[in-house]
Amino acid sequence: MISTLTDTERQIALVISGLLSLVGLVLSAAGRHDPLGAQGFIILAFGLSGVFLVISGFHLPEPTEKRFSHYYDEPIKAGIIIAMLWAIVAMFVGDWVAWLLAYPEMTFDAAWASFGRLRPIHTTGIIFGFGGNALIATSFHVMQRTSRTRLADQLSPWFVLGGYNLFCILAVTGYLMGVTQSKEYAEPEWYADIWLTIVWIAYFALYLRTLARRKEPHIYVSNWYYLAFVLVVAMLHIVNNLAMPVSLGSSKSYTVFAGVQDAMVQWWYGHNAVAFFLTSGFLGMLYYYLPKRAGRPIFSYRMSIIGFWGITFFYVWVGSHHLHYTALPQWVQTLGMTFSVMLLVPSWIAAANALLTLNGAWHKVRDDATLRFMMVAALFYGLATFEGSFLAIRPVNSLSHYTDWTVAHVHAGTLGWNSMIIFGAFYYLVPQLWKRERIYSPVLVEVHFWLAIAGIFIYVFAMWNSGVIQGLMWRTYNNSGTLAYSFIDSLNAMHPYYIARATGGLLFLMGAVIGFYNICMTIRSSPAAAKTRNEQPATIGQSRLRPGE
Amino acid sequence: MGVIERDPHTGHGTTGHEWNGIKELNTAVPWPIWAFLIATVIFSVVWWILMPAWPLGDTYTKGLLGADVRQNVATDLKSAEEKRSIWASRIEKEELSAIMSDSELMQDIRETGHALFGDNCAACHGARAEGGPGYPKLTDSAWLWGQTPDAIFETIRAGVNSGHPDSRFSQMPAWGRDQMLDRKAIIDVSAFVKSLSDANKGGNGSPEQLAAGQKIFVDNCASCHGSDAHGAHQTGAPDLTDNTWLYGGDAASIYESIYNGRQGHMPAWESRLSNADRKILMIYLLDLGQNSP
Repeated sequence: MISTLTDTERQIALVISGLLSLVGLVLSAAGRHDPLGAQGFIILAFGLSGVFLVISGFHLPEPTEKRFSHYYDEPIKAGIIIAMLWAIVAMFVGDWVAWLLAYPEMTFDAAWASFGRLRPIHTTGIIFGFGGNALIATSFHVMQRTSRTRLADQLSPWFVLGGYNLFCILAVTGYLMGVTQSKEYAEPEWYADIWLTIVWIAYFALYLRTLARRKEPHIYVSNWYYLAFVLVVAMLHIVNNLAMPVSLGSSKSYTVFAGVQDAMVQWWYGHNAVAFFLTSGFLGMLYYYLPKRAGRPIFSYRMSIIGFWGITFFYVWVGSHHLHYTALPQWVQTLGMTFSVMLLVPSWIAAANALLTLNGAWHKVRDDATLRFMMVAALFYGLATFEGSFLAIRPVNSLSHYTDWTVAHVHAGTLGWNSMIIFGAFYYLVPQLWKRERIYSPVLVEVHFWLAIAGIFIYVFAMWNSGVIQGLMWRTYNNSGTLAYSFIDSLNAMHPYYIARATGGLLFLMGAVIGFYNICMTIRSSPAAAKTRNEQPATIGQSRLRPGE
Repeated sequence: MGVIERDPHTGHGTTGHEWNGIKELNTAVPWPIWAFLIATVIFSVVWWILMPAWPLGDTYTKGLLGADVRQNVATDLKSAEEKRSIWASRIEKEELSAIMSDSELMQDIRETGHALFGDNCAACHGARAEGGPGYPKLTDSAWLWGQTPDAIFETIRAGVNSGHPDSRFSQMPAWGRDQMLDRKAIIDVSAFVKSLSDANKGGNGSPEQLAAGQKIFVDNCASCHGSDAHGAHQTGAPDLTDNTWLYGGDAASIYESIYNGRQGHMPAWESRLSNADRKILMIYLLDLGQNSP
């Protein structure tokens, strides 16, 4: 990887790694009486690894001008492997906490193994570790291909990828030590948040710089979505994490918001993390890999436009539907609910545009599991967005809120939509990037597909049942005019569903492990003969059309 | 613009752009989408007119229906209270014997008591009041503070070591940690205590050890547990001659209880549950004890 960097880039990389090591050293010294000290050591170790890595390749010959005739795919390859590693770790932890709910005594009396610490490892590991790395890797791929240009430089992609994973590692190791802001999906503390802000700005800059060098007159839909993802996530992350650290030597900070404002900012963040991280970015993925694999044109450019602007405009309003029937003023709840209802239309436009694109290619969906992953993803996207708008309606929410129905909804989205589109994209990308004729075993792709489908159905149906029963038990009155069930009665009723859910999760995890094996074996297999068609960026001066034409 | 071509499958034209092989059709937006969009917008506008919706400086549009969630909650609570008060007021007023002989009222108590107990007591005492290590079982006859209705009601009201001004107070001293007894003395008295409930009256101790243990018991423990070791409800000291053990009846647990002492805790429920609810719980427990084997 160092051999692909220019001499200047190697020097900058050395300076950045050195500075990072210094920061790590300062934090580990300042926080020696606090979990921050351990986090500082992780930063130090990360920085020093960077230093050694750069030095080890420092005197390799510089890459020649010939590099401009190739896309820069090395960071994409690394991102895919890192994403799969996160997937397996975080799905494993997810299934662990699922069993923990059925058998709560499985914590070995250890603080680190308590539900409250393991659960954010699952959510952060999946959303940010698996989802985030997949988004970064595929966005690097899509931005180059649809712009017909190479990434703007060689260092930024590695800085973004490496820095982002340092953030994820700090987050997850922090949870084990009890470091958390207690804000759902925004648990990492101030030092990790500051670091992510720096990384994210570099990501945004890299994206814009690469797009600015594009050789295509128009910007493809996928890039709109990826850019919305990068830009809005930056805004959400910065605002929701405004906090004052107790001291430079403490991992603890206090948020600047208080009371119901804090709740509203948190759920404005929380829902838009779902919107712009798990929806916009992933629609970018869907809009490139599905038509590419199906070999079909996008069904309607006009639907792409109203879908994109509808999703972007409506989504930012709806966070308050997480706070129905709370201290939040009712008018804010009304706005959250009505915008959620309107949001259904652009969401379904995006799903329909993807499914209608498959017209004329349904025989491929039947035969090709990779394309079927993408088709199922679009279906579950449609299902989950319908369910989301439905659950946002206040009377429905009064039954569903705080129950497992929410968990069913989230996992229909994350398992059915996000994971499936990532797997589809990866199965498409891996043979292409590593220049293999095909995936190592198409049969194993089928096995993965059906394990994933079985897992999702068992999971989602168990949680739907469990959630509705739970909701009904909590609101049932007996003839004496008092609640019929205690909370613990409802927990006992959940027990069989918790076992079913954990079993469904296990199937899904097994599928991911098989997928990772298949990807590794594809990489290890011998390169394809010259037959593979190499994609190449436009060489300088070869621009087909000028912007504005 | 590039060349507009037609997609042979759908017959629609493309936009003339291409990105790495991906093209787009210029298909018109199907009419159901517009209809659907308009329908949801109309729904939202109607909802905004009817319900509290848009902020106006330091106030907001109240909506034509005059809906107010806070008022709804107050009304709901009031109507539930009215429904409940029909029988709940009888529980507050009437004598215990009258209540317990009224099968209809007892049915109300069983149903309500179940939920009350599950939400407030089960976390420590277990969903079926079966107790657990450190938390007494409530369906047997071994009651630390007495099994009379008044005693149970008072324990619920004021708690044990709870900080409530009327709290019941009980402390087993840490005889070993605080160096009041040495190791050997504790082992001896442990053997003696164990022998009290042992059918063979010997336990695992030798006669000399038991004799030594008995002397230590009389000198140190009898003041609370009684010279016959049957315990006392005034101090909450448990009966050591039965087979009910709050913290375990094996040698190691007994040694641990004597060495480090025990300070059980039960919250006072006076400020958390109404008088009627506490009375329901008391009757619920009496009923549970009567009906358990």
